[in-house]
Amino acid sequence: MIEVKDLTVRFGGVTPLDHVTVEFAEGTNGLIGPNGAGKTTFFNVLSGFVRPQNGDVTAFGENLLAMAHFRRARWGLRRTFQTEQAIEELTIFDNVLMVLEHSSRDGASSREEQVLNAISFVGLTSSPYARVGTLGAAERRLVEIARAVVGKPRVVLLDEPAAGLPDEETQRMGGVIQKIPQEIGATVILVDHDMSLVSACCAKTAVLDFGKLIAAGDTSEVLRSDQVKRAYLGADAEVAAA
Amino acid sequence: MSAAGATTSRSVRRVWLPRLDAGDRLRAVIIAVLLAFIVIAFPQLLSGYWVTVFTSVTIYAVVALGLGILMGRTGLVSLGQIALLALASWVGARLFFATGLPFPIVLLGSGLITMVLGTLVGLPALRLSGLYLALITLMLAGAITVVLTATNFPNGGGGFLGHVETDRGAAAVRRPAIAHGDTAYLRYTVIVAAILFLIALIHVRAKPGRAWAAIRQSEPAALAGGVNVTLYKMWAFALASFLTGVAGGLLAADSGQLFITTFPTSDSITLLAVVLMGGIYSLWGAVVAGLLMQFLPALLNNWGVNADWLTIIFGIGVMQVLLTAPQGLVYQFPRDMAKLGRRALGLVGRVRQPARERAG
Repeated sequence: MIEVKDLTVRFGGVTPLDHVTVEFAEGTNGLIGPNGAGKTTFFNVLSGFVRPQNGDVTAFGENLLAMAHFRRARWGLRRTFQTEQAIEELTIFDNVLMVLEHSSRDGASSREEQVLNAISFVGLTSSPYARVGTLGAAERRLVEIARAVVGKPRVVLLDEPAAGLPDEETQRMGGVIQKIPQEIGATVILVDHDMSLVSACCAKTAVLDFGKLIAAGDTSEVLRSDQVKRAYLGADAEVAAA
Repeated sequence: MSAAGATTSRSVRRVWLPRLDAGDRLRAVIIAVLLAFIVIAFPQLLSGYWVTVFTSVTIYAVVALGLGILMGRTGLVSLGQIALLALASWVGARLFFATGLPFPIVLLGSGLITMVLGTLVGLPALRLSGLYLALITLMLAGAITVVLTATNFPNGGGGFLGHVETDRGAAAVRRPAIAHGDTAYLRYTVIVAAILFLIALIHVRAKPGRAWAAIRQSEPAALAGGVNVTLYKMWAFALASFLTGVAGGLLAADSGQLFITTFPTSDSITLLAVVLMGGIYSLWGAVVAGLLMQFLPALLNNWGVNADWLTIIFGIGVMQVLLTAPQGLVYQFPRDMAKLGRRALGLVGRVRQPARERAG
């Protein structure tokens, strides 16, 4: 359970997040909105890259904003980025190991086993010891997901994980994302523009527009709401934010 | 995680581990043979002049290795490595004159002191990157050169600076008892360099190497993966400075008497050029860089060609490498040789391929 209360971020005259109050339940949550709505800024606040002017974020009863950014991975927060960030020079194995060794909380099973489990969880078919530089776009995206799920994370933030992928790869990605809450035990927040992916993966969805929360609830209802349609169809700010 | 995943992973691991071990073992054997040749037979083949040249090659290969760790692995640009080498030589010479400690201990001390100084120099790196970091390190290099011009290098004098102006009191930095002669000292230098390369290899293959790769890829992504970016950047500076520090100690005992003219600030830029040409992502690239920086000028001198031509040659060389093989000569040369071999074999009755195929 992630509780966001009155979260506000301002960059000069721009307010990417404007008094946002929202809750994300266990399972997979969607976070959608037109470009510039504040979705990535919200992820950046959770990651600690952006310091909010106001507001609290409580995750599983702990104040997330009080933690140093690089310690949040150890606490159990993971994320992917809009532009894929798998490390080309390293192997798939080393990519995943890199995250595990810097964020591992328990030494229950061996690191090698945890890494290989994460790789097989996302269904990568290439050898774990292939260099990421030799992989295609879809596989690199899966490497990122493997990095996000290794070592029992509590919260996984996925920022457009299927951006630029063809439909069948997006479906495959959706299948992996859907498994995360149950098999990994993490709460997922998924940002994407692909509504079919969001509705396939997420029971609940929140909608941001111009930094304000305009809708939150069951995904199907949210996607049907007029306000959300208006926001996506590019109505002007007053109408959308009303 | 799923039980099915665990079973697959075990079978994968069984397949993988021996394969990597075999590759590593083969590589280790090749390197050991090469090293044995360089240590035992190679110095015997060289005349006096070339022995000193190859001692310099070895020392500058270690300096290039340090820059490779910073730039190639971590993505931190430094244009101050030669000034740091000068500083390290000063520290090394001072330690040699001030203490009667065994040679290896003095080398270690020189490495550790330079490590502290170099890490301090690297502090701006925590806030700066790219061009600004390059500029700051270049300025610091200039500053170090100015100070060392004023203080000169220790030559057996008294006081903190340990420098005497007159030739009468001046002494040379001593060499290890087992390596007084030039040939023996070349062997000694190669062995020390091999140890330093091994230290670098261990770092690159382990947790720090993966953290550096993550930082080079993207700092936000590294932070999101839990990497303490500040710590690992400092670590990269510390390791690079340690390597340069030991190289400085070796250089001090190599030349005996040091002069600031050995360390022009422009050499730091030349170093960057040769490291780029050699191959910034590879430890072998550092060896090539050492050859380019010290062997090539000596060769030109030997042929009676002005070594200033190298500035132009290196300029063209850097452009060539960046355009056709960003990974450097260590990748380009074997690749092109293989290509040449294939072409030579397939030449008969074949239409000639375009001279420059796109890099694979």
